[in-house]
Amino acid sequence: MSNHRLSTGGRIDRTRTIKFSFDGKALTGHPGDTLASALLANGIQLVGRSFKYHRPRGILTAGAAEPNALVTTGAGGRTEANTRATMIELHDGLIARSQNRWPSLAFDIGAANGLLSPFLSAGFYYKTFMWPAGFWEKVYEPLIRNAAGLGKATYEADPDAYEKCWAHCDLLVIGAGPAGLAAALTAGRAGARVLLADEGFALGGSLLTDGDATLTTILAELDALPNVQCLPRTTVIGWYDDNVFGAVERVQKHVALPDPHQPVERFWRIIAKQAILATGAEERPLVFGGNDIPGVMMASAMRSYLNRQAVAPGKRTVVFTTNDAGYRAAADLEAAGVDVAAIVDPRARSDAGWQGKAKVLANSCIVDAAGGKALRSVHIAGASGTQTIEADALAMSGGWSPIIHLACHRGAKPVWSERHAAFLAPERQEGLTIAGAASGHASTSACLGDGARKAAEALAAIGFARVEPTFLSADDTQAAATPFWYVKGSKGKAFVDYQNDVHLKDLGLAVREGYGDVELAKRYTTNGMATDQGKLSNINAIGILAEARGVSPAEVGTTTFRPFYTPVSFGALTGTSRAKHFQPARKSPLHEWAKKNGAVFVETGLWYRSAWFPRAGETTWRESVDREVLNIRKNAGLCDASTLGKIEIFGKDAATFLDRVYCNGFAKLPVGRARYGIMLREDGLIYDDGTTSRLSEDHFFMTTTTALAAGVLTHLEFCAQTLWPELEVHFASSTDQWAQMAIAGPKSRAILSEIVDEDISDAAFPFMSARTVSLFGGNLEGRLFRISFSGELAYELGVPAGYAESVADAIMQAGAKHDICAYGAEALGVLRIEKGHVTHAEINGTVTPGDLGFGRMVSTTKPDFIGKAMLTREGMQAADRPRLVGVKPINPETSFRTGSHILADGAAATLENDQGYVTSSCFSPNLGHTIGLALINNGPERLGEKVMIWNGLRNEFTEGVICSPVFIDPENEKLHA
Amino acid sequence: MASLITCPHCGQRPKEEFTIKGDASLTRPAPDAGPDVWYDYVYLRSNPKGLHKEYWHHSSGCRRWLIVERDTVTHKVHSVTDAALTKLGGAA
Repeated sequence: MSNHRLSTGGRIDRTRTIKFSFDGKALTGHPGDTLASALLANGIQLVGRSFKYHRPRGILTAGAAEPNALVTTGAGGRTEANTRATMIELHDGLIARSQNRWPSLAFDIGAANGLLSPFLSAGFYYKTFMWPAGFWEKVYEPLIRNAAGLGKATYEADPDAYEKCWAHCDLLVIGAGPAGLAAALTAGRAGARVLLADEGFALGGSLLTDGDATLTTILAELDALPNVQCLPRTTVIGWYDDNVFGAVERVQKHVALPDPHQPVERFWRIIAKQAILATGAEERPLVFGGNDIPGVMMASAMRSYLNRQAVAPGKRTVVFTTNDAGYRAAADLEAAGVDVAAIVDPRARSDAGWQGKAKVLANSCIVDAAGGKALRSVHIAGASGTQTIEADALAMSGGWSPIIHLACHRGAKPVWSERHAAFLAPERQEGLTIAGAASGHASTSACLGDGARKAAEALAAIGFARVEPTFLSADDTQAAATPFWYVKGSKGKAFVDYQNDVHLKDLGLAVREGYGDVELAKRYTTNGMATDQGKLSNINAIGILAEARGVSPAEVGTTTFRPFYTPVSFGALTGTSRAKHFQPARKSPLHEWAKKNGAVFVETGLWYRSAWFPRAGETTWRESVDREVLNIRKNAGLCDASTLGKIEIFGKDAATFLDRVYCNGFAKLPVGRARYGIMLREDGLIYDDGTTSRLSEDHFFMTTTTALAAGVLTHLEFCAQTLWPELEVHFASSTDQWAQMAIAGPKSRAILSEIVDEDISDAAFPFMSARTVSLFGGNLEGRLFRISFSGELAYELGVPAGYAESVADAIMQAGAKHDICAYGAEALGVLRIEKGHVTHAEINGTVTPGDLGFGRMVSTTKPDFIGKAMLTREGMQAADRPRLVGVKPINPETSFRTGSHILADGAAATLENDQGYVTSSCFSPNLGHTIGLALINNGPERLGEKVMIWNGLRNEFTEGVICSPVFIDPENEKLHA
Repeated sequence: MASLITCPHCGQRPKEEFTIKGDASLTRPAPDAGPDVWYDYVYLRSNPKGLHKEYWHHSSGCRRWLIVERDTVTHKVHSVTDAALTKLGGAA
């Protein structure tokens, strides 16, 4: 049997042929095919191996719930594992491979697991791998990891683009079957903004199978309505608070080579005033021996393949049904000329009014199906004895479960309905109404009428007056459904959850061993897990558990429905936020200047900072950094300080406000002066530090550390708006508006004098001066600050960002004769460690001002400031706190690393003997050896003490001595030069 | 957690634009209120079931601190007001 395609019929374009491959074999299909239908048309029913027992598996469904036909598609970076063959739109160049088999699909070594099945029953993980304990990590886990899983992900990068977007609508309709189409049409005609999403590539739902002529008319009218947007290939995957829905549109998953200017998938967030859930119902499998043999299929799936793609999965079909759906399948099969051997119905009499040729075996069940890689025969037991019928296809229908997942994503609990023999969700929740088969309706006309009526009601709730339903409500007299959970007396394995290889006996075992609660049974047996999340299996499992426990399914209840409804690719969730687009890259206004001066950049947070500026002949970073440091102490250097946070603070109460957020005083800071400030957290520990200058009576300019620029602004806004809203103070971040250059070194004044118009002599512009200055003969205004991080005579010059590069060029030009050099963050770090200045390496969230030697800066006269009260707590002032000191090696030839711990001389290297640790360290080219800053218990009282500097990670020991943290110019003579 | 927050200044905006700080019913104590009161203010937070007032910063929007009153059980947002205006007793 190779060609299962019928000569006529179906919604396929027979004039065009699509070439694809499966497991390397070249095959063909037509537009309108899914991968599943094309495989079936080619006579391929065996498409995968099961998870645990490696049993041969075929195509079970024609939709999103498919548990078996999982394949790997694509090649290279486009490789995608565990995709459902039933959902893949056939396209030219499609490459698909089966999974979980070795060496081949037809001959799979892993099938030996089937023989081991007595040892692989439910809970085997918990029983088998318990001992010896050491085996878990080394033996069992690698073994299980190797055996488990289906497809394999690729290590190659995904070459395709993804994007995210928002949408707003009056009515979101989820599902474009009869109820959804009627709802969309009703709302569309009323002028509402409508989004209609359906996971299929063709809109229509069951109408596509039923061949209903109204479908063409409805689709044409929807297409003509400008206020209706149809989203085929779009799965709504979650319902979130405030009626926000998540949806994934597969924009280009149906082409082999996507257009690079379009995303392959688009993640939608849809804000819907109202939504109609018209997701239909899922047909339930029947649980009998061998119900997983390739050739066994859901009755509705068989109808779908027959009517949509003109594929007859078998030549001789048996139907096993507990409801009318099986009879519809039989009728369609017979109409297409396919032999139906028998209709097996466990009910005493059917209500279908069967008129076809096939014989109906009432009061009967298929007890076992026989076959290996393909169905051979079925064994039937009934009131009139047993019989075996040969068949190569079996259509089964165990009733219908409304697809209510989304309606339960926000906590609503499904309710068991005896009449429907199914769980239903509350029909109306705020913003969401369930319509059609999803709310328990059966006939097409009833679904059309229900969708139209509920759309009209939903629109009325948001102010649309007198909306006319496009279809009339139809009578939907359906017989009460009879639940039928499993066939008794099966010899073979009767699968409940196909994807997890959970069979009937596993659930019985779970109940016997005390795991009969639905949540426990799920975890004990794995029923309802993995990619299909129990779409086919959960309700049968609940029914079986209920029967085993002797209670109603209502009492068992369901497990929790959570987003996502179907698996979502990482690409869709990531959108454009990948690689360099993962986060914004911040470049200083001096970036290009640094680049052309040869800077090596380092990423710090979002920023790219110039780290050092190598020159010809320098082979290591240390050579460059040492040269820069020595040159600044001797001549001068220019460094980009633009990444520091800058905040303009305005208002008549600005000074009062600053007094409350800094622990030291600011209210009396004169105009034209800068001051170093320390900001505490409310718990008394240091939050951030920086220099704040008073540019005018009610205008301050604050700088923060690079890392906390955003945090400090947020903190200031919090204090101003929630703690002291009565103060008149306002903030504006100006970090990106100003380029800030540090010009440091004994020759910095001489250099700056050439571009600053005003007198900047020590008398006219002393240490801590800060004011607006005129530059280049009145051509530009800048802000000049006489502040120093290096300990040298130094200035910071701020100019509007657009002038950054030309001003830096001018300074370098003016400084050439003074041997100015560009320097980066590394040299800056060495200079500040030599001077004993702290950064966030020391301000690590555990230190008080006193710990860093700033104790006397803390105001004792201010009535209040952030952190004041908690700073007085017991322990915050204790002498034995780790406090800031310097450390250096006794032998200048030896070195130590940042992070190393301090041990008292002679003490063993244990945690108990830990005395503190090195917070910063570097090689000081001025001193010729390694120096460090450290937080050491009682540190300042231990100057001169010999200690051991211990790096436990690398087992390094360096003899050192505790010293002052200020290694260079402790008298500040250079600073005040 | 609500998906959308109606900022009194900017209108309905996605929650990703906001940063949450926590309990908005706390009042910063006087400097001399004593260690116990300060300890409570700085460290102790209740985790109420039901209505809860929180500070939400419209950090990617107008940068105003808002007081969002929401139900931690139903996720329903009952009110959103500007913190400063509320405290000053004016219209939010």
